[in-house]
Amino acid sequence: MVGITAYGGYVPRLRLQRAAAAKANAWLAPGLMGKAKGERAMANWDEDAITMAVEAARDALGPGEDRSHINACILATTTAPFADRLNAGIVSAALTLEPNAGASDITGTQRAGLTALSTALGVVKGEPKANVLVCASDKRRARAASTAELDNGDAAAAFVIGGKDTLADWIGGAVTTADFVDHFRGAEEAFDYNWEERWIRDEGYAKIVPPTIERALKSAKVKAEDVATFILPSTFKGVADSIAKKLKIKPEAVRDNLAANVGEAGCAHALVMLAHALETAKAGDVIVVAQFGQGCEANVFRVTDRIGSVRPVRGISGWLADRKEETNYLKFLVFNDLVEWDKGMRAEKDNKTALTTLYRNNDMILGLVGGRCKETGVVQFPRTRISVNPNNPTVDTQEPYKFAEREAEVLTWSADYLTFAMSPPNHYGMIVFDGGGRIFMDITDVEPGDVDSGTPVRMSFRVKEKDDKRGFTRYFWKAVPDRRRMANAGAKQAAE
Amino acid sequence: MPAGIKDKVAVIGMGCSKFGERWDAGPEELMVEAYLEAMADAKIEPTQLDAAWFSTHIDEIGTGKGGTPASLALRLPNIAVTRVENFCASGSEAFRGAVYAVAAGAADIALAIGVEKLKDTGYGGLPVANPGTLAPQTMPNGSAPGNFAQLASAYRAKHGVSKDDLKRAIAHVSVKSHANGSKNPKAHLRNVVTEETVMNAPMIAEPLGLFDCCGVSDGAAAAIVTTPEIAKAMGHSDLVTVKAMQLSVSNGLESQHNSWDGSYFHTARIAAKKAYKEAGVENPRKEISMMEVHDCFSITELVTMEDLFISEEGKGWRDVLDGFYDADGGVPCQIDGGLKCFGHPIGASGLRMLYEMYLQLKGRAGERQLKNPKLGMTHNLGGSPSTNVCSVAIVGLQGV
Repeated sequence: MVGITAYGGYVPRLRLQRAAAAKANAWLAPGLMGKAKGERAMANWDEDAITMAVEAARDALGPGEDRSHINACILATTTAPFADRLNAGIVSAALTLEPNAGASDITGTQRAGLTALSTALGVVKGEPKANVLVCASDKRRARAASTAELDNGDAAAAFVIGGKDTLADWIGGAVTTADFVDHFRGAEEAFDYNWEERWIRDEGYAKIVPPTIERALKSAKVKAEDVATFILPSTFKGVADSIAKKLKIKPEAVRDNLAANVGEAGCAHALVMLAHALETAKAGDVIVVAQFGQGCEANVFRVTDRIGSVRPVRGISGWLADRKEETNYLKFLVFNDLVEWDKGMRAEKDNKTALTTLYRNNDMILGLVGGRCKETGVVQFPRTRISVNPNNPTVDTQEPYKFAEREAEVLTWSADYLTFAMSPPNHYGMIVFDGGGRIFMDITDVEPGDVDSGTPVRMSFRVKEKDDKRGFTRYFWKAVPDRRRMANAGAKQAAE
Repeated sequence: MPAGIKDKVAVIGMGCSKFGERWDAGPEELMVEAYLEAMADAKIEPTQLDAAWFSTHIDEIGTGKGGTPASLALRLPNIAVTRVENFCASGSEAFRGAVYAVAAGAADIALAIGVEKLKDTGYGGLPVANPGTLAPQTMPNGSAPGNFAQLASAYRAKHGVSKDDLKRAIAHVSVKSHANGSKNPKAHLRNVVTEETVMNAPMIAEPLGLFDCCGVSDGAAAAIVTTPEIAKAMGHSDLVTVKAMQLSVSNGLESQHNSWDGSYFHTARIAAKKAYKEAGVENPRKEISMMEVHDCFSITELVTMEDLFISEEGKGWRDVLDGFYDADGGVPCQIDGGLKCFGHPIGASGLRMLYEMYLQLKGRAGERQLKNPKLGMTHNLGGSPSTNVCSVAIVGLQGV
């Protein structure tokens, strides 16, 4: 059977407290106070749809170095950093996928996540030995003081679709295409333009979604009352419940849409909810996942008895637990480029990227691939013709050596208040890796006091810099405190 | 190891501009100031110069590239002028070029001149450097204090020194330099500061506060060198000669190999060992009379005391707190006020350090004069703790 063979997700650590944002804007939009509940996931300044997709994919693929089984990478997003540069190609390079693996971007609608999933299922139906990585990721910008600012959340999910050892089999699906414009964003525009909610709910969701799901269930030969999990993202209260009721899907099957702690992650959201649901799914469960956007797309899966055999590294629940409350609404505005602030003269440096240099060093910069000397075993970053081996500078002995999934710790560090930083003070230091090698690099997702010599860290693919003059985003890897390892070490110590 | 250049070259003239925020002067005027003093001291005419080495680091806001800026500013008589650049050790490199030319017999009299005009940037601190096309794609977006502050974290971890103890020790480094600098009319910062002021100053890069950082200044310094024989023939006496001139440059070991723990300068230890050997120094803690080291940041000076083998490893912070490096201590350090009070006009600093050693050896240091110094050492470092160039020079009275 064709289906899901691995799944994972990513939710950024910062969680903007909606009350803080609503209160800041209540003087001009008092209605926002009605939404002053819970929190929404807020990407750090150095995260975007691509970096979150990479994290989700790593969560699904696990720490293994060999990713040669992946034959293609599909990225679904409506907030791609590049309009013309293969965004999925950047994800592939970061994951060190094989160059002969395909890559494509799917975009243009809020149902793009499921379209990507369906596309991957189609590929594997045609070629059962193929494994297709599907990533869905969105970081949607909304105007300050808009309801979307509170409703949205930044997150990503990833799945591997294959024809063998499936955790959930695809058993049916359906699609409806209708040019129903609930909102749109012109090609050159920064923000969405939205139509009236009541119309979207009554003429859109209520009339387009139920028949699509009915067809999907029919093709899967499953009765609505047998659906164990029903996933339909919507920021409108009660929409999924009322559609479930109309279709005779059990009320308890309606999946929590994570509005309270993530917000809606655009075209990635149905997949985020699916990845979350799979964490607790049981063999035999029927899952319906649907997404609304210029029509509707629905897929039906049946969970197999292998469901517990492959788990994400952290999963959506793991990322949800690794959270930091953010009550500074102004920080959110700065991170999302919603306010013009005084960056100072140090920010004037030209961030032009030499594309020749980038390509020549592609696996080093995007894949964090260094070298290992075949003669001495000495590991180093970057890979060079003459090895760093003390007293034995061997020549042309290095083979590629991947650092991204290796555990590491901080050797030296500082918190720099002088240099320009989007989130000062800028932390950086010498990071040393288990198994050898070291990289002097930025440390992100930290506050003063979080870092010390010996702090365990993991690697995270992030925005290095933005070249605002030319619209180019530069990516590299950064160190992030490995809070899971710290917690495990703490627990172990307490037990002893 | 080669025989070296001990006593083959004598310094017959030195000059140093007033360092500071020289809103009145461009790099050309600063060079002229140092040059004229050095020429008067050497008692020579420009036509007697055979070659010149000119150091400046930042072309973007300084003189521009090439040897011409110095030749034009000083109206040199169409002699060879070589611009040298080796990060913050550029000044020592100009000196090394001139000294080697004389030692080799390629020049009878050579000029070394270094300058930097930092206060045309528009903001405090060093200008943001242009590191090429690859480094900015991976290297952190950091500053000089952030890079050197890395030493503190590693030193604390390696030697088990608490944050408070190390903070107090590095504070004393700056308190001592300010006390010295207050007596120097050419220094930029001439205020005496207390440990409390230093410790409570605004944080620049953890754990370095404002007073843990050297000043940012404009300045120039110059040296004229020849052979001891020519110097004597010209009527110079009590000659100050070069005893050692060493430079060690990182090859990536610190930044790429896990044998380096981040708490010291690998290159400084190599350069120091070679310099002591060249100069015939066996016990530096006893034999070195005084030194000017590269105190770009207080923590740099502290670890350098160990890298130069004056303090034992892990004990440098105690020597600092005990006042061993104070003006009345065992080995006075930064007797002119150091980078801390002179600031760090990059291309000039190495020569400025030598200027103070020269004044002290000649007995011309006025209020700061030490009693009978015989050997002075300069340590001039450029780059960052993990990738750098380190120059160590020893000068002294001829015959010592």
